[in-house]
Amino acid sequence: MKIGVVTFPGTLDDRDAARAVRHAGGEAVALWHNDADLHGVDAVILPGGFSYGDYLRCGAISRFSPVMEPIIDAAHGGMPLLGICNGFQVLAEAHLIPGALTRNHELHFLCRDQNLTIENTNTSWTSSYSQGQEILIPLKNGEGAYMCDDETLKMLEGEGRIIARYVGENPNGSRNLIAGITNERGNVVGLMPHPEHAIDSLTGPSADGLGFFTSVLKALVK
Amino acid sequence: MAKIVVDVMLKPEILDPQGKAVAAALPRLGFTFAKDVRQGKRFEIEVDGDPTPAQLAEVEKAAEKLLSNPVIENFTVRVEK
Repeated sequence: MKIGVVTFPGTLDDRDAARAVRHAGGEAVALWHNDADLHGVDAVILPGGFSYGDYLRCGAISRFSPVMEPIIDAAHGGMPLLGICNGFQVLAEAHLIPGALTRNHELHFLCRDQNLTIENTNTSWTSSYSQGQEILIPLKNGEGAYMCDDETLKMLEGEGRIIARYVGENPNGSRNLIAGITNERGNVVGLMPHPEHAIDSLTGPSADGLGFFTSVLKALVK
Repeated sequence: MAKIVVDVMLKPEILDPQGKAVAAALPRLGFTFAKDVRQGKRFEIEVDGDPTPAQLAEVEKAAEKLLSNPVIENFTVRVEK
């Protein structure tokens, strides 16, 4: 199974995301922001970083880069798409998922290991987990506060579209402790913390993040 | 030459931590007038001659598509001589 990993100018975590894909047993394919060709991949990851220097708004300029057009089309058609951190911001700017990511409520850039609970295991990216499972993966962001209006929040809660929530004190001011959400179909997932940095105990705080990558491989086999 | 100015502000219901930090800094410097501060963005777009209604309509479109994120922000477009 081929998983595309997009590199925008300013992307940081593409190598770790590709490594996580390989670790899970998939083939990682590098996709370039300026190339509107998905090279036959079965799923796509938008990794973390500071694409286009976070100019204007995080993800606002990347969202219009040439590679995003076929990605958005494919995601509407059901292709699994995971946006991590800056990738989550790109998904929000592209309106593939509702809401927006804004400045952390305390204004500090956060970089720490964070406990999350997995709350929806029916998406393309979370089926390897068990409902309510607690995982530990790194969180590192400056603009990770998930915001949406009350109506959207009610809809996300009602439809079980919050896939992961922060455990303990709210790290960044996200509404209802939201760490990650999915679209209606469950193929597009946006996640603020970084599963790709927690795939083995040698390089991460745990191997808890690997499940996102094994999940999508399972989803593609089906 | 005229300037088209687009002001982008977070919607009132969206938390503005930057504005809050500014509001907290002001009294430390002896400025006690501020009840609240909201911080936004201002875009100055230069065009040749007086902007036409068609140009302004284009700017409105651009403001909605790129300069602002309508999920969390409002914008206004005006012409400055």
